[in-house]
Amino acid sequence: MPDFTIAVLRGEAEADSEWKDYTVEVDEGQVVLDVIHRIQATEAPDLAVRWNCKAGKCGSCSAEINGKPRLMCMTRMNLFEPGEKITVAPMKTWPLIRDLVTDVSFNYRTAEKIPAVKLGQPQEDGDFRMHQADVERGQEFRKCIECFLCSDVCHVIRDHPENKENFFGPRFFVRLAELDMHPLDQEERIDLVRNDAGLGYCNITKCCTEACPEDIHITDNAIIPLKERVIDASYDPIKWIGRKLSGK
Amino acid sequence: MVNFESHEYDVIVIGAGGAGLRAAIEASAQGARTALICKSLLGKAHTVMAEGGIAASLGNVWPQDNWQVHFRDTMRGGKMLNNWRMAQLHAQEAPDRVRELESWGALFDRTSDGKILQRDFGGHRYARLAHVGDRTGLEMIRTLQQNAVHKGIDVYMECTITRLLKAGDRVTGAIGYWRESGKPIAFSAKSVVLATGGVGKAFSVTSNSWEYTGDGHSLAYWAGAELIDMECVQFHPTGMVWPPSVRGILVTEGVRGDGGTLRNSDGERFMFDYIPDFFAAETANTIEEADGWYEDKVNNRRTPDLLPRDEVARAINSEVKAGRGSPHGGAFLDISSRRKPEYIRRRLPSMYHQFKQLADVDITSQAMEVGPTMHYIMGGIRVEADTTATTVPGLFAAGECAGGMHGANRLGGNSLSDLLVFGRRAGLGAAADAAQQSSGPEIDEDQVEEAVAKMREPFGRDGEGPYEVHRDLQEMMQKNVGIIRTETELDEAVNQLKDLKDRSKKVMVSGHQQYNPGWHLALDLESLVTVSEAIARAAHMRKESRGGHTRDDYPKPSEEWGAQNIAISQGNDGEMEARITPLPEMPAELKVLFEEENDA
Repeated sequence: MPDFTIAVLRGEAEADSEWKDYTVEVDEGQVVLDVIHRIQATEAPDLAVRWNCKAGKCGSCSAEINGKPRLMCMTRMNLFEPGEKITVAPMKTWPLIRDLVTDVSFNYRTAEKIPAVKLGQPQEDGDFRMHQADVERGQEFRKCIECFLCSDVCHVIRDHPENKENFFGPRFFVRLAELDMHPLDQEERIDLVRNDAGLGYCNITKCCTEACPEDIHITDNAIIPLKERVIDASYDPIKWIGRKLSGK
Repeated sequence: MVNFESHEYDVIVIGAGGAGLRAAIEASAQGARTALICKSLLGKAHTVMAEGGIAASLGNVWPQDNWQVHFRDTMRGGKMLNNWRMAQLHAQEAPDRVRELESWGALFDRTSDGKILQRDFGGHRYARLAHVGDRTGLEMIRTLQQNAVHKGIDVYMECTITRLLKAGDRVTGAIGYWRESGKPIAFSAKSVVLATGGVGKAFSVTSNSWEYTGDGHSLAYWAGAELIDMECVQFHPTGMVWPPSVRGILVTEGVRGDGGTLRNSDGERFMFDYIPDFFAAETANTIEEADGWYEDKVNNRRTPDLLPRDEVARAINSEVKAGRGSPHGGAFLDISSRRKPEYIRRRLPSMYHQFKQLADVDITSQAMEVGPTMHYIMGGIRVEADTTATTVPGLFAAGECAGGMHGANRLGGNSLSDLLVFGRRAGLGAAADAAQQSSGPEIDEDQVEEAVAKMREPFGRDGEGPYEVHRDLQEMMQKNVGIIRTETELDEAVNQLKDLKDRSKKVMVSGHQQYNPGWHLALDLESLVTVSEAIARAAHMRKESRGGHTRDDYPKPSEEWGAQNIAISQGNDGEMEARITPLPEMPAELKVLFEEENDA
């Protein structure tokens, strides 16, 4: 393959980050992460990038490539036209640490706010029983590799960082939906979904679904069913009377 | 005096893969104030890449299965070099650890009656691996992570430990640096658990990620602990071979467990030519019997495609050397001729994805090209089976960085169960040990100062960069200490390592200390060189072939060597020493399990 010119957005603060051009030789089959590694090994040994598995399984190497949310390890160079200039930038929604590395701690703090799964007792033989069809709904969501690209592209927080206080982001709507659909879970989280998680901010533009490298149908299978659950729980007249009487 | 951040805990756990997370959960449950320290972000550790499943004799698919059969398979797979007590505890406790994971939210694939489904894997007599498609490691690490965040464990992410602190003989904490800022951080701890995983980045073709630089092995070694079985390195038979940028990436054994077979360039199922006497009684010797086994395991013996990994890796290596390899120097692995596309996509979704996206191969209609890739090290820190205590007081180890459990070769699926069983035991052991200590140890500022000065050395130098030294080390290890070894190459390796060690001490780093990957690699080189030397020296010493250690000049196993471990430790002069120590002898009631060979 011919040489490519890659522009990497480098810096330690968003305000003074600059595009740096690198011309690199590209071998057959290589992905963007290979090219970043080659730049590290030759021209810029201190180019900061996060990565682990290099096989699309760990969700560490998220970036915005030509403006699109992508895993660097799963973006083949043959996707680009020879001579095309390629840009690689860090995820915009998270505070910049350095070069392609961002501070995603928002997501770890959010994870702590979600009550864990709570199962009842197993059957007498010590085993739980669940059917494949029932676990498959949750399994789709548990494919999530926590690359946080869905939340990166979500305009609720991308364009309005102030909303982060009141919005968990698509990653955690997926988590909440998964728990909600767990066949044996007994914990009630619907108030959390409605209030602290800020599901109401989502107006279903499906940006998250398009960004997901694991092809999780975030909007259709997680967010919309959760919204329906909130409506059912909030506008059920019997529950409404119950709430009125109990004062909650 | 350097300024440094410091923290005090009862137990610190270094490494946050399956073993580290499970250890931290347990230590915390025992009431110990616990910190979990990880080189990457939480949930990104190497466990996430495990694909096939967790081996446990639940007996959900084959009621005949029980811990004794699992124990026997594990020992035979390890060519009897295993620490029998670890293998016993592992086989006995794995089912409870899997059920526990389910009660913490893991969603395993199911049998028709709603129990946890189990799949076939190499060397396991019955379908035994609890799994979620081919992403079981992700399910496991996420479940543990989601459990751990509610336990009051303090998590230090992107924090790399470079030295353990000691007072006299006892380990008293650790010192390291934040990746983000480059600033030092010290921990005082009554006990320390190492759960740092493996050493794959010492080799050039590996399924391992950048984190696998032998940190725990080296930290323990520098602190005076003993390493055992370091010559036993697992080359997984099926890594991707093409295109070059993905060479080494793992192709799960689940492909063969679910019906995939290996062929050479002549279209022959060559594994029938490589059935060793040791496994002849339990392995099908005709294609008809092997094919029949997928549906009827009672009347047929297992296909040789599912021999233990060391056997299959050597077979592929021989076929390629004999000129019967695939176009890019591997073997063909095909599941499309036996299974329907829907079945393949459901059972092996990430393999489908991986080949489609990275190699333009559709595994539902085409064969994959696969070849050996350095995957795992059986050798590790010597531990006491029940408590995971190392030979140094206050120091515990679990998971891949601990040695003994898997002997000379690990069976697929036994790693995830190892992490759970011994991760829990490490948490118990460390918490109990910490409870015996009256007060938290003082942090010795001299040791901190020395460690910090060492960390910063590469900045002031003028010389070659760390990437060149790392590449040369990987190529040297791959060439001289790889899947097939000989005396002359191992001599060469030991010699070249002296030079590489020198070079690693002189590398130069440019830029500053904030999130600087060149600097991180420069610091990792020290542990990479240390474990490489341990592997080369032990491989030089063991003059036989056994499991993951194959000597071209000593092609057979020897009874004498089969009763011995090689132990590595640091001598008083700072040089590495290797010595022979007796393998613990199995008690009579367990030996009986190996006398019923006809039963196989």
